[in-house]
Amino acid sequence: MGDLLAELIDISKSFPGVKALDHVNFDLKPGEVHALVGENGSGKSTLMKILSGVYTKDEGKIIVNGQEVEFQNPRAAQDMGICIIHQELNLCRHLSIAENIYLGREPYQGLFVNQRKQIEDTRKILKRLDVDLDPTTRVSELTVSKQQMVEIGKAISTNAKIIIMDEPTSALTIKEIDELFKIIHVLKQEGHGIIYISHRLDELASIADRVTVIRDGQHIITMDYKDTTQEKIIRYMVGRELKEKFPRIKTQAGEIIFEVKNLTARKAVKNVSFQVREGEILGIAGLMGAGRTETVRAIFGADKKESGQLFLHGKEIHIHKPLEAIEAGVFCVPEDRKRDGLCISMPVYQNATLPNMEKVTVNGIVNTRKEIAIAEEMINELTIKTPTVSQTVKNLSGGNQQKVVVGKWLVKPAHVILFDEPTRGIDVGAKVDIYNLMNDLKKKGIGVAFVSSELPEILGMADRIVVMCEGRVTAELDASEASQELIMQYATQYM
Amino acid sequence: MNQAAAKPTMNKRRKISRQTRQIVSTAGALLVLAIVFTIANPNFISSMNILNILKQATPIIIIAIGQTFVLITSGIDLSIGSVIACSGIVAAICMRAGWPVWLSMIAGLLFGAGVGVLNGVLIVYGKLPAFIATMGTMTTIRGLALFLTQGIPIGSLPKSFTQIGTQRNWLFNVPNQVWIMFILAVIFGFVLAKTKVGRYTYAMGSNYEATRLSGVNVNQTLIIVYTISAFLAAWAGMIMTANVISAAPTAGDGYELDAVASSVIGGASTLGGEGIVPGTVLGALVIATLRNGLNLSGASPFIQKMIIGIVIIGAVFIDRFRRND
Repeated sequence: MGDLLAELIDISKSFPGVKALDHVNFDLKPGEVHALVGENGSGKSTLMKILSGVYTKDEGKIIVNGQEVEFQNPRAAQDMGICIIHQELNLCRHLSIAENIYLGREPYQGLFVNQRKQIEDTRKILKRLDVDLDPTTRVSELTVSKQQMVEIGKAISTNAKIIIMDEPTSALTIKEIDELFKIIHVLKQEGHGIIYISHRLDELASIADRVTVIRDGQHIITMDYKDTTQEKIIRYMVGRELKEKFPRIKTQAGEIIFEVKNLTARKAVKNVSFQVREGEILGIAGLMGAGRTETVRAIFGADKKESGQLFLHGKEIHIHKPLEAIEAGVFCVPEDRKRDGLCISMPVYQNATLPNMEKVTVNGIVNTRKEIAIAEEMINELTIKTPTVSQTVKNLSGGNQQKVVVGKWLVKPAHVILFDEPTRGIDVGAKVDIYNLMNDLKKKGIGVAFVSSELPEILGMADRIVVMCEGRVTAELDASEASQELIMQYATQYM
Repeated sequence: MNQAAAKPTMNKRRKISRQTRQIVSTAGALLVLAIVFTIANPNFISSMNILNILKQATPIIIIAIGQTFVLITSGIDLSIGSVIACSGIVAAICMRAGWPVWLSMIAGLLFGAGVGVLNGVLIVYGKLPAFIATMGTMTTIRGLALFLTQGIPIGSLPKSFTQIGTQRNWLFNVPNQVWIMFILAVIFGFVLAKTKVGRYTYAMGSNYEATRLSGVNVNQTLIIVYTISAFLAAWAGMIMTANVISAAPTAGDGYELDAVASSVIGGASTLGGEGIVPGTVLGALVIATLRNGLNLSGASPFIQKMIIGIVIIGAVFIDRFRRND
């Protein structure tokens, strides 16, 4: 077994009341990408936190480079060459690339940092990764994908042999993902082992050598990627056959519910027009930075509009702030639920009633019993997994958090609901729940529009597709005529 | 993600008892202090001395309740010390001009509320950080207090006014001011725990943007919160003016930090989203008890300051350690 970089044997970990990991096995060979997949809450992050020293295991053995080890803290794991690249990047934005890479390990010459050596070493690392960046550039000037490369550079500068990547592509465009994959190939050739965590199963095809599925804290299967298919992986992940990834329903498109005319906002949205019809789901496609989120935010009144008109059932409405949108029956499920959607430290029921206080207050006094009733109804309807309605939202899994964000808008009557990346970072089962909910709204005659960066989702759920590029609408396609290639062509029209 | 789903039972238990636990632990600290000081000096536990502590704590409790509202929104109100002085002066000037006592008090309270509105507007529409906005008004209002009095306290106030301070009440023989404090604590404790304004206060502190995008009128709520803080400071101003039978331009200097300390010992977080009125009341009592007890035990006033500083750090440190997030 000497040729394994790392081996986790029979790892168990309990938190009070819950067994998070139950005798899980996992190993990593040099020069391979080992994908670790599982639904939110399955235990994969816990397993990686044990390997990287954030948590200590209750039972089992960790073997790194043939040696049994006990990690008491992350530093001990780093010293053994284990490095984790988190979903949220941990860089000092005001420092340069070189300063970030050598933060805490600066080369000294007497009392002073040897700037020249630091920059020279950084240049070598960037060259190894085949990244064309100046080591003295400030990190705040880099795009997210370039920042990620700095993180990877930091990892290899510490001679990390084991690199854990947690959802590395969730914020990247397709082109940037390609660049990342090229770097991963370089790392493989240099003999690094990479543990790759992702919800985007379609990515695995281009990089994964092996894949391990974890469900409910148990090791389900480890297989060579070439012997498996996406459908099989999903089946192992959810433990049941998902009938359809995209449960589209057919309804007859009716009249126009909501219309956006010549909307311009800031620099990001230029003269955007589209309609949302009864009985159909409108998909808004495009690359990151195409102005889709900005469009939705401007409609909802979250950001200022420069010009443009909004019509609801043919009548013009004026929205200057979210409150006015909500009063008109136009709701928005934001892109980043933690930043814009949830009061994360408050209980589920208080999040559910935050936009619906008029239903639970008399003369400004809150009736908690009514609040709990509303929240319980929401939990049942959306099958939100939470022990009680008083649970702090922070403690729910991503998919269940997302359901709370959606659920708070289902308490009062809606005309239009705008979803911005409604399934980002949530597991396959919860995705289907969200799709079914969009279908319900569609059937009820509520206007549904959703922004998504995942083309299969757009093609699978939308009846009509608006494609945006550089703040403009470049195409409006019927689902029957749309394809990934066609959408990409319009999405990159001005590039 | 995973660790979150992994420990629901623990968090369920924690959630139910979090506020109760805060009250119990602060009350426990108070009890321990009382026992220690009684052993050091049996006079500590006399009803006379307990009344003394309550009287000393009253203004701090009142302003700390307002500060708690502000801290929950993750703001801070540095102007309350100056508002204490200036609202007392406004009331005193009115009384000396021959206004009835009740009308003069209303004038003083309205002045305080006005400063709160100004703070709120500067923060909401002027987009100033709370620290800067209230630091500015703190200095300005202190200057106004000095200007209005020309630096000399305004004395000879009518007896019917000074009665609200020290005079004992027929009910339990407790001074009027303690009853005023109690009533204000009940009212604003209710506002924070049970009303829409209170809920929005917590929501803004937990996530301002999500609250705004939920259609909450965040601007209005923030202005209300700063108005509550300054309004309560004005009440403290009335009581302190009545206590010393004169309105001094230097009154309440540095009280804003006592208010922060009381809130924090009582479980409020300067990062927002947390804090409760009963906790804050107990927190202020802890500070008042420490001061009084150390005095009685003959500790040097310099040592007192050191001890109070250490207690503030210790209280928050223990709380962090216990929560361990």
